[in-house]
Amino acid sequence: MSRPMEIKLSRPVPPLGGFSLGIIKLEARRILRNRRTLISTVVIPVVFFLIFGLNKAYSNLRYGNGNLSAFIMVSMALYGAVIATTSGGAMVSVERALGWSRQLRITPLSPLSYISIKMVTSLLLGLISVLAVFIAGIVTHQPSMPVEIWIITGVAVWIGSLLFTAFGLFLGYLLPSENVMQVLGFALMLFSFGGGLFIPLSQFSHSLRTAAEFTPLYGLNQLVHFPIIGGRFRLSWILNLVGWLAIFSSGAIWRFSRDTSRV
Amino acid sequence: MVGGEEIHKTAEDAHLPPAVRLQEIYKNFRHVQAIDGVTLAIKPGEVVALLGPNGAGKTSTIDIILGLSKPDSGTVSVFGIAPVQAIRRGLISAVMQNGGLLKDLTVAETVEYTSKLFVTTRPAREVMERAGITDIANRLVAKCSGGEQQRLRFAMALLSDPELIILDEPTQGMDVEGRHQFWQAIRDDASLGRTILFATHYLQEADSYADRVVLMRKGKIVADGTAVEIKSMGKRKVVRAHLSNPEISVLSAIDGVTEVVTQGEAITITCSESDLIARYLLTQTNAKNLEISSVGLEEAFLALTGESQQSSWASSNNRGILP
Repeated sequence: MSRPMEIKLSRPVPPLGGFSLGIIKLEARRILRNRRTLISTVVIPVVFFLIFGLNKAYSNLRYGNGNLSAFIMVSMALYGAVIATTSGGAMVSVERALGWSRQLRITPLSPLSYISIKMVTSLLLGLISVLAVFIAGIVTHQPSMPVEIWIITGVAVWIGSLLFTAFGLFLGYLLPSENVMQVLGFALMLFSFGGGLFIPLSQFSHSLRTAAEFTPLYGLNQLVHFPIIGGRFRLSWILNLVGWLAIFSSGAIWRFSRDTSRV
Repeated sequence: MVGGEEIHKTAEDAHLPPAVRLQEIYKNFRHVQAIDGVTLAIKPGEVVALLGPNGAGKTSTIDIILGLSKPDSGTVSVFGIAPVQAIRRGLISAVMQNGGLLKDLTVAETVEYTSKLFVTTRPAREVMERAGITDIANRLVAKCSGGEQQRLRFAMALLSDPELIILDEPTQGMDVEGRHQFWQAIRDDASLGRTILFATHYLQEADSYADRVVLMRKGKIVADGTAVEIKSMGKRKVVRAHLSNPEISVLSAIDGVTEVVTQGEAITITCSESDLIARYLLTQTNAKNLEISSVGLEEAFLALTGESQQSSWASSNNRGILP
């Protein structure tokens, strides 16, 4: 290695801006090592399902193409998946505080690839959450619906929860890491009530119900339950989802671009 | 003094783009001029210390070389290309002061993570060995000492086999032993011909490990040269001799003399031109035991970067101080 006459300036740039499955594998290992995240994304939704979804008083009541237990299982899977993807996105807050994002900026990893890694990682965590709740459903034999609806709702919950990766990224870039987990935990609890994940919106007063229809989990919650309930499809669900996706993504992009122009 | 421009010329003569080239860089942070017109060229293979007190603009300068921040005006290139391009190609790497590590990964996983971001890298085992972290490979980063974390950062910086390594205050907070080990690793590596730029406010580090010292103060380069040159730029040498009945007024009148102190027969003269003093003492007087020493880099550093620059320069010119 006799330098400097051998300097090779024509080195290649990595494909996909440095994104690779190897990185995802290591990120997955980090997730599985984080006990707190696993409790809030796997244990709590499963426990909620076991408490609310198995009550003999109503769990076997028929509801659309399935029963009420299946309906609640999908709600809890959505709750878990949304916490998972939000946490996954909000990891940027911790990584910024640790100086890791700055460190990554002196590697070939492009900022967009970094965001993609966060998205895939949060989806992975969301998948674990959905699978955990669905497996609890299978094991307890209570939820009942056609096989294809298990699959459709599961996939819909999983993919739909990506909306909250954008929310997590937005909060992660906006807030310092000490507060971000509390803020997002509280926000998601509110959104879950507003979306009707815990209590059916029909129990709300008329004005509260109208307000709830504008909260971020409302559209997604209606959409993922549609295969079970059936009935009339409402365009407002899509509008709600797309609207909040636009708000969260532009917020995340705005904070993200500020972050990369700053040091 | 070796000016920035002169060095820049030398680098071009070598038909190689300079490892680093900064031209007329200005950077303002919230109304503070962090970098105030810096021009600097570093030749491939040089080991350069960026020396200066806190707030001198060292880290701001490094951030610009790394492409982490953009100058308000001026141009920067690394091996003739933009910093971001050089980063993408793994030509530059850096060891930051602190942070920049994930606590929930092990040492080996951190190296693996970093290696996956580059197209080609040195084998992980090799860089870990070179940085001296092989025996702590399976330790979680959270459980590593400051010195171990710093050696891990160094291992990460070696992965892409970069042409230029930048270290920002690399040994801050390390104990003597850790500092020694760290520099040993850097020194072994520098012998391979890599260009190294390190910021420090430890004068001894600059003196011991750099071929060239660039002194910064308040966003400006105030001196640039070898450690020896910087020391002489302090323009102070100390001449000591034994002499009966010295003629203080004659000595004080010699060009460049700033201080004359006598204590019995011993006389100590601080000056910029030691040759003149020595010649005078040896030819015109009965001086014995003549000794010439240069003021340490530390004092030159203080003289060049200190707030009280004026007063320390003009100290008691042409004045004999008697005990």
